Parts: sequence; structure tokens; C-alpha cells
Amino acid sequence: MNTERNLSVDFAGVRMKNPVTTASGTFGSGMEFEEFVDLNGLGAVTTKGVASVPWEGNPVPRICETYGGMLNAIGLQNPGIDVFIERDLPFLQKYDTNIIVNVCGKTPEEYVEVVRRLAAEKISLLEINISCPNVKAGGIAFGQNPKLVEKITREIKDVAKQPVMMKLSPNVTDITEMAKAAEAGGADAISLINTLTGMKIDIHRRSFALANKTGGLSGPAIKPVAVRMVYQAAHAVKIPVLGMGGIRNAEDALEFIMAGASMVAVGTYQFHHPSAAADVVQGIEAFMEENGVKDIKELIGCV
Amino acid sequence: MAKRKVLAQVASQERLSGEIYSMWISFSEEDNIAEEAQAGQFLSLYCREGSRLLPRPISICEIDREKGRLRLVYRVAGEGTREFSTLQEGDTIEVLGPLGNGFTKKEGKSILIGGGIGIPPMLELAKALFKAGGKKEDIQVVLGYRDNDLFLKEEFAPYAEVFVSTEDGSVGTKGNVIDAVNEHQISGGEVYACGPLPMLRGVKAYAKEHHIPAQISMEERMACGIGACLVCVCMSKETDAHSHVKNKRVCKDGPVFDAEEVEL
Repeated sequence: MNTERNLSVDFAGVRMKNPVTTASGTFGSGMEFEEFVDLNGLGAVTTKGVASVPWEGNPVPRICETYGGMLNAIGLQNPGIDVFIERDLPFLQKYDTNIIVNVCGKTPEEYVEVVRRLAAEKISLLEINISCPNVKAGGIAFGQNPKLVEKITREIKDVAKQPVMMKLSPNVTDITEMAKAAEAGGADAISLINTLTGMKIDIHRRSFALANKTGGLSGPAIKPVAVRMVYQAAHAVKIPVLGMGGIRNAEDALEFIMAGASMVAVGTYQFHHPSAAADVVQGIEAFMEENGVKDIKELIGCV
Repeated sequence: MAKRKVLAQVASQERLSGEIYSMWISFSEEDNIAEEAQAGQFLSLYCREGSRLLPRPISICEIDREKGRLRLVYRVAGEGTREFSTLQEGDTIEVLGPLGNGFTKKEGKSILIGGGIGIPPMLELAKALFKAGGKKEDIQVVLGYRDNDLFLKEEFAPYAEVFVSTEDGSVGTKGNVIDAVNEHQISGGEVYACGPLPMLRGVKAYAKEHHIPAQISMEERMACGIGACLVCVCMSKETDAHSHVKNKRVCKDGPVFDAEEVEL
């Protein structure tokens, strides 16, 4: 490989060796994927949402497949911040990669509590989940109203010791409003898209396929929507954008990058192909090689 | 050895009956995951059709470690398993495994209970108990079928005493597997079971009443198959050491559980 190729990006003040991370909730804290992916090869690992206390999540079935995608309604099951700090963080800190911790809560106070607990920890970035469609309180409830987005962003920024990235929901009329609200609240970055709310009916049982009735749609089926929203958001704000939604390979990732994302995340496709994130890194490098691109920054927002 | 996704070759494909198919798949020497497979474990099988993203978890029915082959007996339940059923000898299929924990083999008299598509994993278990020195009369297999379509039944005969229950009463005991256990007064020191949830509830109640430990294999819709996504959880009696809530991962902590540790 040509050593002149530069895949590194400065993202919200954090140096990433390449622009690829994992989408929250699809990768746990990396422990189960360690056998398939060299975590050192990723720009960052983004962890599953963690709350101030353990959450049980939703009843099963929590998933169903749809054409080119899947619906999930896991409901942010997580072991709570104490266990996360004691067990998951030390695991990830063994690796030469950045750690992005996804934070969830039912109230602003709960988000703030988790962010405070993480203040002294060696992590690179906080991703604030204000867009989960599968929990009754918190999650998306904060992400569909620009005033609330701005307010909760500010409250988190007031206590956060690491850069703050707000994860936005696609289940809104105008994504640029939410992007601007996060920026106005002081966010250092935004990430999008979270899943699209959907529903599947089991016609043989004449009932819902998911116990939660609705779930979040992810996978290749949502990619064009995600690319469009990343493009719109990236042009609406000055802070960097982490783009995701249906990425399978380097070609998909490059669409997001050219639309304006400085970083990308691979999510659902890892269920089909456990080493997908590492393969995307290699594929981007190969594309740069073939097309004589010396620095990934030449491609960011180039369309 | 690390788990990995490998390309297997279809060695044979046979329709056993109705929607039940039997497929042997073989592995190359360097990717011989049959070598480490155990009774009660499963594989994730991946579709070729790109619109079907999620792997299908299929239990292991037989293991041939020397030839590097695994047998999967599965029911066509949707488009994914329909795709698998069209594969022919020489075709390739991507698989990941072996996954999950498998059964823990105990010495002495045992009762193996399989219901419906929960029957296939009991075949490898019966074989493994027999090969480990178990006497045929001590390996008691109870198979629950809907009707007289008794797929796999004959294949248990070399290793075990076989009893059958059918819902319609056409063969063996009319009723369910516990009815057959009672009718034949089958007793033993360990119960192993795989089947639909109502059957597992019955097995758990039976084992509790008779103070016999029971290992039950659970089924749940899965996504990653490796314990990361938290899709396929079952409820546990106590707070789980990994999840820190009363949920266990069927794919990673199971699919085989001590009946007493899970809520059915």
C-alpha cells in the first residue's frame, strides 16, 4: 500500500486514523466481534447505548427481517454505567482505537448523570442518543423537537468533558432544523441517521411481528434516505457529521463521505458480514489508490 | 480456534418429508468447523439473495468430524430456508459456527426429548452419549410428532430406546411427549430437551416434580448470532452476570440452559 494515502480525519478535535466506526447497538462493546474484526484497524468503536442504571429492554420478539433490511425493537437493554465503566471500557482501552460512548436516558437528568460518570474516563467522544424509536420515555422524544434538542444538548455540554455528538432521528419533517438546533446547543458534531420507525404485520397470526408493534428500520433499504439526510444536514451546519444508514461496503461509505460526512459507521450489515467495518476501511483505501486520491479530505463533501 | 464465517460445500440435500429437509455440508481442512462442533450447538446460515440480510440459526443434527461434515435437518419456514432447500450437491453456502454452548453430557440413565423441529439436535446427542460408552437401554429418546410423519425416528434406533408420541394418536402415545414418558414410566438421571415452548414448559414441570436436572434448548429470533445485538434474549430467574438484568442471550449463553435458570 502506498504510505502517502492519508485516511485520517480530525473529527470534532479527535484524530481518527480512518473515518470508519461501528453503529451503536450493532457491535455491543466490541467483545463479541473481537474474533472477527481487528479493532485496532477501526477509526473508532461506538458502543451500545448505556444508561445510568441497567435497562431490561423490550419483550421478544425484538426483531424481524424485512426486504433489504430489518426492524428492531430491542429497547436499549444495557447493563448500566457502573458495569460499563468497570468491564467494557477497560476492554476497549486495550486497543489502539478511539472510543465513542453512546449515552441514553429517559430524562435529561439521566443523560447528564451518565455523562458526568464518564467525565474522568479515557474516551474520545460522547454520542447522545436522542433518537431511539423503541423506548417509551426519552430517546426519540427529545429528538423530534428542535427546542428540546437544543436544550438537552446545552445541558449535556455544560457537564461533558469530552466532545459531544448528538445522534439525530430521521423521523422528522426537516432534518436541518434538528441539525441546527444541536449546533446551537453547542454540539461538537452530529451523527445520523438512527433507524426509521416501521411496522410489520404477521398475516398468519394476524398480529404484529414485533412485541413492541413498531420497530426501527435499518439495513441497505434505508441508505438512499440516509445519504440524502446526511447531505442536507452537512450543508446546514458547520460541525462535522458522522453518516450512517445501510452501509454494506466502501462504495456505500464513500457516498456518505462525498455527501458531506467526515466519518461513517457500519451497522446492521455486520450481522450479515461480521468483518464489514474493517472491510470498508480497506475498500476506501483501495478506492483512493485506484483514483489517485492522496487524502480522504479531498472526498469529504465533494459533490 | 476463533469463530469465523466460512464457505461450506453442500454434500447432499434430501427432502425427508413435507417441509423437512436434510442437508450435509462439508468443510475444507483449514476451515473444518465440524471438528470442534458439539451436540446442541447451531450454525448461522447466510442467504445468497441480498435482500435477506440476517443469518438463519439452524441446529446441528449430526457431526462427522473425520470427514469434516455437518448435517442440518431443518424445516422450510420462510424464504430463507426455502432458498437453502434448493441448494444441490456441489453448491456453496456461507456459514458461521459452531455457535452456542451445546448440551453437557452426563453419565447414567438419560431421557432425551425432542418435539417437532426440536428433534434433529437430539440425534447427535444420542449418538454422542452412545459413543461415550452409554448403554443403549440407558439412552431413552422420546420424540413428539404431529402425525405419522416420523422423520428421523429410525435413525435413533442404533443408539437408543425410542418412544413416540403423536398429537393425532396415529403412532405411539396419543398426546405429547410427557404423556409418552408417563405411559412408559420412563425414568432417568438427566433430561435433555429441545422443542416448542409449550413442550419445554411441560418438560421443566416434569423434571421439577421428579427432581431431575433438565437441560433445555431454547429458540428465539436472532440477528448477529454471536451475542452482541441482544435480540434473542430469554428471561432468567436471577440477574444475569453479563447483562446485569434478568435476560440471557439465547445465542451466546444458550441455546441450552438449565431449566431452572430460565423463566418459560
